[in-house]
Amino acid sequence: MKISVIITLKKDVLDPQGKVIHQTLDGMGFDDVNEVRQGKYFEIDTKETDNVKAKAKVEEMCKKLLANLVIENYKIIDPK
Amino acid sequence: MKSSVITFPGSNCDRDMDVALKKFGFKNKMVWHTDAELPKSDLVVLPGGFSYGDYLRCGSMASKSKIMQSVINFANAGGMVMGICNGFQILVETGLVPGVLLRNKYLEFICKNVFIKINDKKNKYFKNIENEILELHIAHNEGNYFCTNDQLKEIEDNNQIAINYCDENGKIEDQFNPNGSIKNIAGIFNKEKNVLGMMPHPERMIHTSLSGEDGSLFFKNLINNLK
Repeated sequence: MKISVIITLKKDVLDPQGKVIHQTLDGMGFDDVNEVRQGKYFEIDTKETDNVKAKAKVEEMCKKLLANLVIENYKIIDPK
Repeated sequence: MKSSVITFPGSNCDRDMDVALKKFGFKNKMVWHTDAELPKSDLVVLPGGFSYGDYLRCGSMASKSKIMQSVINFANAGGMVMGICNGFQILVETGLVPGVLLRNKYLEFICKNVFIKINDKKNKYFKNIENEILELHIAHNEGNYFCTNDQLKEIEDNNQIAINYCDENGKIEDQFNPNGSIKNIAGIFNKEKNVLGMMPHPERMIHTSLSGEDGSLFFKNLINNLK
C-alpha cells in the first residue's frame, strides 16, 4: 500500500526559499501570486495491508523522523 | 580528562576537533556512529560536517544513529555533551537542546569569522574564561536559530542562551547577525547546562596560522573547568 505525506512549514516560520520562488515567479510575469510556501512530499510503500494500521504507522514516522514538529506540520493523504 | 568525538558518515570536522582536544590535554577517542557504547568520557563532542548529506533535515538522520542513544543517556545523566555546527543541528534533532536550525535568512552559505559574546558563565563551558567576546569561525547553510515563543520564554527564564553574535565590542545588534537567528543566538544550553550546541567552530581557531587563537582560550578554559 502506498501512503503519501505532505510536510509543510508552520504558518509563522520564515520560508526564505518560498519567498525567493515567489519573487522569481513575480519576475516571470506571474504577478498575481500572494505567497509561496515550499514543503516536502513523501511516498511510502508499506507491506501493511490494513488501511488504519498503515496510517497509524506513517503518523508515527512523521512524528519521529519525517517532520520536526517545532517548525513543520504533516498531512497524511488517504491511500487510494 | 577523557573525551570522545563521534564520527558520522559525512562528518568533516571530526579530525580537527581531535587535534584541538589533544592539543589542550584531552585523551581523545574517535567513536564510529554504529558503535553502541561510549568509551568512558568526561566530554562527548558531536563535530561539524554534513552528516548523511544533510538529507531530510540537517542532523535528523544522525540523531537516530545507534551511538546517539548512548549519547542521550550520557547527557541525561549529567554528562558534558557539546555539538558544534552540524553537531548543534544533531542536538536539536535529538531534543537535548530546544529549538531548530533553519536555512540561513539570506539563503547563503556563510563562511567567515564572527564575534560572539558569552552570555552565561555559570556553567562548565565558560566559567572563568577571561574574555567576554571571542572571535570564532562559522561555516554553515542552516544556522538560523528558531524556536517557538513559549520555548524562547523558557530559554530566557532559565538563562540558556550560551552565546550571541555581536561586533568586536560585544554589541548584539541585528546588523551583526549573520544568519537571521532569533536574538542573535549562536549557541544554547539545555536546562542543566551540561549540553551545549553552538554554530561557531572553536577548533578552527587554535593557532595563529589558523586566523586566530580565541578557540585556544575556550579549550584551555574548558579542560581546567573539567579537572
